[in-house]
Amino acid sequence: MLKHLTLAAAFALALPSGAALAAEGGHVDDVDFSFEGPFGTYDQQQLQRGLQVYTEICSACHGLQYLTYRDLAAPGGPELPEDQVRAYASQYEVFDPELADGEGDFRPAKETDHFGKSGLATAPDLTLMAKARAGFHGPYGLGINQFLKGMGGPEYIHALLTGYTGEEKEQAGTLFYENTAFPGGWISMPPALYGEDVTYVNGEDNSIDAQSKDVAAFLMWTAEPKLMARKQAGFVGVLMLILLGTLLYFTNKRIWLPIKGRVEADTPAK
Amino acid sequence: MAGIPHDHYEPTTGGEKWLHKRLPIVGLLYDTLMIPTPKNLNWMWIWGIVLTFCLVLQIVTGIVLVMHYTPDTSLAFASVEHIMRNVNGGFMLRYMHTNGASLFFVAVYLHIFRGLYYGSYKEPREVTWIIGILIYLLMMATAFMGYVLPWGQMSFWGATVITGLFGAIPFVGETLQTWLLGGPAVGNYTLTRFFSLHYLLPFVIAGLVILHIWAFHTTGNNNPTGVEVRRTSKADAQKDTVPFFPYFVMKDLFALVVILAVYFAIVGFMPNYLGHPDNYIPANPLATPAHIVPEWYFLPFYAILRAFTADVWVVQFASFITGGIIDAKFFGVLAMFGAIIVMALAPWLDTSSVRSGRYRPMFKWWFALLCVDFMVLMWVGAMPTTEPYASISLIASAYWFGYFLVILPLLGVIEKPLPRPATIEDDFEEHYAPKTGGTKTLVNPAE
Repeated sequence: MLKHLTLAAAFALALPSGAALAAEGGHVDDVDFSFEGPFGTYDQQQLQRGLQVYTEICSACHGLQYLTYRDLAAPGGPELPEDQVRAYASQYEVFDPELADGEGDFRPAKETDHFGKSGLATAPDLTLMAKARAGFHGPYGLGINQFLKGMGGPEYIHALLTGYTGEEKEQAGTLFYENTAFPGGWISMPPALYGEDVTYVNGEDNSIDAQSKDVAAFLMWTAEPKLMARKQAGFVGVLMLILLGTLLYFTNKRIWLPIKGRVEADTPAK
Repeated sequence: MAGIPHDHYEPTTGGEKWLHKRLPIVGLLYDTLMIPTPKNLNWMWIWGIVLTFCLVLQIVTGIVLVMHYTPDTSLAFASVEHIMRNVNGGFMLRYMHTNGASLFFVAVYLHIFRGLYYGSYKEPREVTWIIGILIYLLMMATAFMGYVLPWGQMSFWGATVITGLFGAIPFVGETLQTWLLGGPAVGNYTLTRFFSLHYLLPFVIAGLVILHIWAFHTTGNNNPTGVEVRRTSKADAQKDTVPFFPYFVMKDLFALVVILAVYFAIVGFMPNYLGHPDNYIPANPLATPAHIVPEWYFLPFYAILRAFTADVWVVQFASFITGGIIDAKFFGVLAMFGAIIVMALAPWLDTSSVRSGRYRPMFKWWFALLCVDFMVLMWVGAMPTTEPYASISLIASAYWFGYFLVILPLLGVIEKPLPRPATIEDDFEEHYAPKTGGTKTLVNPAE
């Protein structure tokens, strides 16, 4: 039975090699992010740089509505010091309905407040963007690329930010920009990065490629802030289960010994 | 329990006797746990325990998730993000729940195909089989409604497409669809009722699982030979069986832990691999996703649903003789449900007197082809409906029906089965005979 299923799986994998499927979406290159793989972790410095790119460039139009300011100080993230978080939050104003005797009024944001929603109505919220896009597909719908390289959300963001060709066209009153990563090839978002758009404190590489990677990593963190805790839980869980499994294996063998006779036959059960 | 003769619970102390006279629950649990189980069961007999575990896992994680979830279209998506970000361990709970559904379906498919290969559906286990199919149907309903709850793009559009199937039923379809949705289109009233039912159905499943276990504890387990346990005396029965506890409890626990290690690796390292990225976009009734693809475990039947288009001759024929009542859409719906119904009818469609596929030389190949067919359907269900996928899905769907409706009935007549062992004991000793020392030693499991 098991053999049949293995055989079936092998057939299913081998079968479609002759078929051809047009690639979904545009061209996305694999990026070697620090948080990939079972033991990958976020690069704290990179997340802080990504935050800077988001703050100075992206936040003009895009929001991060599911993220709170205090998340910036949480373990496994950019881990800004608390006074910096407070200072960062106080740059922004939020509407508080309890102020002015229930009339509501604006006040500087506190660390428990959420980042704002998108300022531009047509700009999607970016909190979950790195999980809401897949950079890799197939081949032939088999999911092998996603298995090997990951879903490719951050790679897609990097490819999109670096994928502008410079071509423009106007359609029904809207300006579209050619982009090699965007499905369909034409996107209404103008190029956001040109290289050296932000100046990093420690003078790190601020080429368009480096900035895109930084902001892509940052957006992966906003989408999955508990990634490192999750991988750790997974690792401990797998380790404990392997340990328990080993003990159970020998217990099971010992229990069955009198039933199966003292010596096992050479051929295992079919 | 009726069936195989074995030792029953005897209360010894005064307290035990007092309780046993009033509520023989200890006896029931004892007989359930100590049930004589064929000792030659192989590793394909572990899925029952895995499935029971999955049901408990889903109910436990689900109950905690409900404490933090809000079934309202304006809040559902944000409340799931609240679970992922602010609830202690919430990200693990949710990923365990979503991937738990996948583990549940992996296990149920292997369990079903085990039954199909070893003829577990055959007399006298038809009722066990039918209850099993009902559990599977309820699992699909529960999983479908659960997928709607996060209120992402795929939740919304999946709900729209699947409830649209009921709308294809002639005359009553539209009314039925409105009744299912609670309104003219997928909306808040749909979300609240799906939430309510998603909470209810697992307990219905739990009830059916008890019936499922009761039924096969009455008939006894099937086993890889398909030969029944000898029931002539307790001594004979003991040569063929061992008590479920501790022998199979320990074996099943070992298997469960191995499977859970893989499951935990997926939850920990790639929890979104089996999901769809579009479901991280909040539901938007005004923007249809480029591809609406159901979760992987629905794909084989989704492929059958889509396979029968208006240019297929069977569809045209059905449309012609019913005067257009059965159109392509309704035909697809009938085919999808029919694909499960033919599986439920396997006990009566299979004419062979031999239970286990191990002794059926022709059946083996057709069954292997069915396994391949299932994988192909699963793959093609995620592909676009253009060529060559349309033809592939049509051929694969045809084989699915052909296997149950033509091959199973015919094989029983034309196939010459191989010789079977006379008893389970013979089969067992063929694999585990003592090498030296002559006599058959230590085959008394009761001690």
